[in-house]
Formats: sequence, C-alpha cells, structure tokens
Amino acid sequence: MNGATHHERSSASGLAIDARGLTKSFGGREVVHDLSMQVKRGSIYGFLGPNGSGKTTTIRILCGLLTPDSGEGTCLGYDIRRDADKIKRKVGYMTQRFSLYQDLSVRENLEFVARLYGLPDARRAASEMIARIGLKGREEQLAGELSGGWKQRLALGACTLPNPQLLLLDEPTAGVDPKARRDFWNEIHALAAEGLTVLVSTHYMDEAERCHEIAYIAYGHLLAHGTVDEVIAGSKLSTYTVTGEDFNGLMAELSGKAGVDMVAPFGTSLHVSGRDKSALDAAVAPYRSDAKWHWRPSEPSLEDVFIDLMGRSKDNFQG
Amino acid sequence: MSATDTIQTSEAREPRFGFWRRSYAMLVKEFIQLRRDRVSFAMIIMLPVMQLTLFGYAINTTPRNLPTAVLTQEDSDLGRSILKAMQNTAYFRFVREVHTVAEFDELLQSGKVLFGVEIPRGFERAVRRGDRPALLVAADATDPVASGSALGALGPLVQTALAHDLHIGDPPEMPFEIRAHARYNPAAESRLNIVPGLVGTILTMTMLIFTALSVTREIERGTMESLLSMPIKPVEVMFGKIIPYVIVGFIQAALIIGIGVLLFGVPIFGSLILLALLTTLFITTNLSIGYTFSTIVQNQLQAMQLSMMFFLPSILLSGFMFPFAGMPVWAQYIGEGLPLTHFVRIVRAIMLKGAAMENLRYDTIALACLMLFAMTVAVTRFRRTLD
Repeated sequence: MNGATHHERSSASGLAIDARGLTKSFGGREVVHDLSMQVKRGSIYGFLGPNGSGKTTTIRILCGLLTPDSGEGTCLGYDIRRDADKIKRKVGYMTQRFSLYQDLSVRENLEFVARLYGLPDARRAASEMIARIGLKGREEQLAGELSGGWKQRLALGACTLPNPQLLLLDEPTAGVDPKARRDFWNEIHALAAEGLTVLVSTHYMDEAERCHEIAYIAYGHLLAHGTVDEVIAGSKLSTYTVTGEDFNGLMAELSGKAGVDMVAPFGTSLHVSGRDKSALDAAVAPYRSDAKWHWRPSEPSLEDVFIDLMGRSKDNFQG
Repeated sequence: MSATDTIQTSEAREPRFGFWRRSYAMLVKEFIQLRRDRVSFAMIIMLPVMQLTLFGYAINTTPRNLPTAVLTQEDSDLGRSILKAMQNTAYFRFVREVHTVAEFDELLQSGKVLFGVEIPRGFERAVRRGDRPALLVAADATDPVASGSALGALGPLVQTALAHDLHIGDPPEMPFEIRAHARYNPAAESRLNIVPGLVGTILTMTMLIFTALSVTREIERGTMESLLSMPIKPVEVMFGKIIPYVIVGFIQAALIIGIGVLLFGVPIFGSLILLALLTTLFITTNLSIGYTFSTIVQNQLQAMQLSMMFFLPSILLSGFMFPFAGMPVWAQYIGEGLPLTHFVRIVRAIMLKGAAMENLRYDTIALACLMLFAMTVAVTRFRRTLD
C-alpha cells in the first residue's frame, strides 16, 4: 500500500475527481470561486457548508449539468467540459430534491433508468435493486406516494442501478429520520467497500464524521479539507468545555471579549474557543477561579471548527 | 488500481443500439405517464367527439327549414305539387299562405320569412301550353350563404318531384322558369366541407398542447435535473416524447373520421391508406411544433399561450374557415407556413375528390419540410445543461 501511494497521487486514475480553479457565476453573482478539489477513488468525501455556499453548483459542474465559467477538471479521468456524455454514463447523481417521476411506480422508475443506460435486462435489474434497497412489496407503489425515507432510498437505488463508479449525492438525508439516515449511511459504506467513490454533501456533523475526507465550503470558497482530524487540527482552535450552572451570564460576558472567538452552548456544557491560545487563556482567567463552573481544556468539535470557519469567511468575503 | 483502470477503458464504450434503447426507455415512460393521467386520457377521447359534434352541427352554411311564405294567386294541382315538392326538400318550411303582394312583401321585409314563393295567376294553364311561365322565388339575401344553397337546390328538386308526381313525362327542360339566379351546386352541403377540415383543426389543437407541455412539465416537476444527468441525447428525448402521441393522434383521427362518416355521412372517395399515412405525417408535424414550443418557453402557461397563438391563425388562415384563394397574398404566404393549410387541402382532396398521391405531392412535401424544420429547431434549442 505504501508503495502504491505515490503512484496513486501522481496518476490521474488514482483520483475520481480532480478539479482545479472552478468558477461559476449566475447573474453576476459568483457562486463558486476558484475551487479546487481532489477526491481519491474508493473514498467517501463529505462536502460541507452552509446553505447557498455553492455545494449544489459544484456537484452539478462535476457531473456536466453546468459548465464552469473558468477552471478545469476531470471526473473519472474524463474532462468535465468535453466528455460530459461519458461522465454521465459513469456517474450516479442524486439530486437534492426528489427528481424521479412521481407518477411512475417504484419498478417503472427503475426500469426507465435501466433502459436508459442500456442494461441488458431492465426488468431483472429493477427487481434486484428493489430487493437491495428493501422496497420489496412496494414496487408497484407510485414514487410520489412514498414517504421521505423511502423516496431517498429509491433515489439512491436509481442512481446506483447503472453501476456507476462515482456517486454524487446532494444532501441525500435532508429531512430523513435518524434510523433511515443510519441505514442510508451503512449502504453508502457498503457501496464504497465495493470500490465506488462517493461525494456526499450534508449539513449533519455526525455524517461528516462518517466520511473518509471532508471539505468545507462557504460563499463559494473551499476553506478546509482533509480528514476530520486534519481539519480539526488545522483550525488551530483552542477550546474549553465549561460545565456547571447558569451559563447565560457567562456567555454574555465572554462573547465579544478579546481572545474569545466563539461561545456556544452544548446542552449542559459550554464551548469557549479562541484561535490564539494565550489570548484565550488571558480572557477566561478571571472566570476560571469561580467555583460555580468547572473548566476543562478540550478538543474543539467539528461543529466548532465549521462555525469558526464560517464566521471567519464572513469577515473575509462579505465585509 | 489496475482493476479500475481496465474498467474505465472497457466500460467507456457505448452499449449497442444505444439510440434506440434510450428512445425506447423514454417512450415507455411517456406511455405510462399518459396512461396514469386520467384527465388527459379522457380528453383524448372526449375532445374530438365533443368538438366534432358541436362544430359539425353548429357550423352549418346549409340551414334547413327556412321560414317561407307562399303567395298563391291560383289554386291548382300543379301549384300544390310544386309547394309540396319544395317542402319535401326540407330547406323550406311554409309558415304562412298569403293572397296579396303587399302581405308577401311585408313578411319578407320584416324578416318573418326568409323566402317567398309566388305562384302567379294562370300558372298551370301556361305550363300546359308550354309558355314556360315564371315561378317567382324571392329570397332574403341578407344571409347569402343560407339562401344561396337553398336556391341552388330548388330547381332540380322541384323538377324531379314534378316529374314524379304529375307524370308530365321527363321534359328536356323545365316546364316553367324559376326566376332566381341560383347556381347549380351539388356540393353545397357545408358539412362535407367542414368535417374534413375539422379533422385537421382538432388534431392541431390536441397534438400541439400534448407536446407543448412535455418539456416544461419535466422542468416544473424537477425531473429534468435527473434526466439531464443521465446519458440521453436531445433527439432521443424528442422521439421518446413524440412517438406515444403519434399513436394517440392516430386514434383521435380515426375517431373523428369515423364519426364524420357515420354521423355526418361524409364520403371517403380516395384511398383510406393514403389518408392514414398523410394524417400520421400531419400529426407528427404538429407534435414536432408543439415540442419545439416546449423547448422555447419557460413554463406550462407560456406553452399554452404559444400554442393558442399558433392555433388561431391555423384556423383562420388555413382555408378551413374562409376560402384560401380569397385571402390577400401576404395572408396566403402565412397560410402556406401552417401545417393545417396543407392538411385541409389533403384531407378534402382525398375524402371528397378521391385524390391520389400524385395530386398531393406539393402539400405532402410541405408538411414534411415543416416537420423537419420544427424538429431541427427543437433539437438545437433543447438545453442539455441547467446553465
């Protein structure tokens, strides 16, 4: 494996997605700015960022649904500008909004996809997929009548049906209950184990932690990427977890204080973070002696990191 | 790593018959959706039936039972026979018998009757003598279409009836003169003209709207995003969306022509196969134009509006409603650009005149050109990305 690593990095085929400098504007507003990303084959890559940060636009560029204004890239070794047709044959794209035919049954939707991709036996392929996604007994139900979780599963089934090498999932678990979400992620890991590359956008931190690598994007800029640990380490954020009673007063006093960049309550505890450790220590020193609270140095959570990144990017790009 | 390399190169090839498979996939999907859309399905059957019976009966330039007054100045067998013969044509309905010219004139002038028949004094004797006296038929000419055909049918009908009734033989010419300038016109029955034209009009309307909504519907329902992310080409989408409706249109056409023949007694003198073939061409042309509209507009409302904008000149400038030759030249040029113009000519020629393919070459080629033009525009207009 070690010997192969170098080869993987240098060879284009080691990367499922290799995009550089992607830029896209709509009506004069830049939605994606100079975005570069590399996704290794066979990995699950989490794509995180607030609403309207350009996640969907980036995914659409990658699968040929949008043409970038500038920048270039390859998807499975195919040029995203010139080989859109070839990319479409190899990539499964699950849209954010359910976009299969509501007035077609589960089976008819899957058969339609199977025929479109020229699978040899559309009916059998559909039956196998119905069994795989656990929709047996509902195959004649209209897609529009399925509940959110089932719809999601059908959509995943439809985009994995033609045996793609890359899955692009745009917020696949939005509005789905925790049990369905867990099943969904188990399925994604099973697919990745089979060699599929998965790019998945999400808002959920627990989902981010299930990814091999993550990228954080805000206002069209890619702000951080790497494994979860790398992203947390790269944030250079120092955090204290405070337990005790009556945080409200403490929160109000700490917020905006020099050296304290972020104060966020987490149930029965409070996270106090700062980018400069000594400045943070100086700021919180007066409160640490108070017996009401118990201060404990801790690792920042991924959410702390993202909220910090978002706050910083707002300063940089919106100010 | 080498495993994925080989997969990439081997799978990059396109599967065989990809075009047909993908068009077929689209076609099956459209059929299922059509079948499930019960309202549209009911409209496919009800629309032509309703329109044909409505217009077929309503648009009638050969009115029946026109109120008629009779001025009899002599009471004779011949006079009664003529009146009876006229009444039997069903064009005339005698509502009043008067005895003075003043009364007669008043009835016509006030519009209480549209026709007046005057049998002059000594009429029968003059006929027997061979003097060819005049039978005055006065018509209210404010509706020339209505009176024209009634007048036209009058002469021969009365003559036949008289020959039958009076046994005065089969004279080489009428024993009396009908004093009204009426052209002899055996094809004056307007339904024979209207029903074939209606076939084209109804098909234009239904076909246009079916495909005009097809692409916008995918966009509005959000399914276009999925569809575009799959490896399907614009031509394949178009064929998949048009072909199911060719079959639908064919059923509609059969329905309309069937009703026309059974209910309105319209003959089909020409070849039924030729009629079916050219009707299919006309259907496909309209579907292509509708499909083109749907690639231009942004939503279903615009699609409907554009269809209506196309439909109206189709009705007015195609020769369906008004004689084509009577239109100014610029209007005729517009008319030549409308498929309905060519189809109205084709369908009337086949059904009523028994025309064959060699008579219809120009209109057939015109229809085919319009179809190809629309398809080309549609394929180039179809947006393959969401940009």
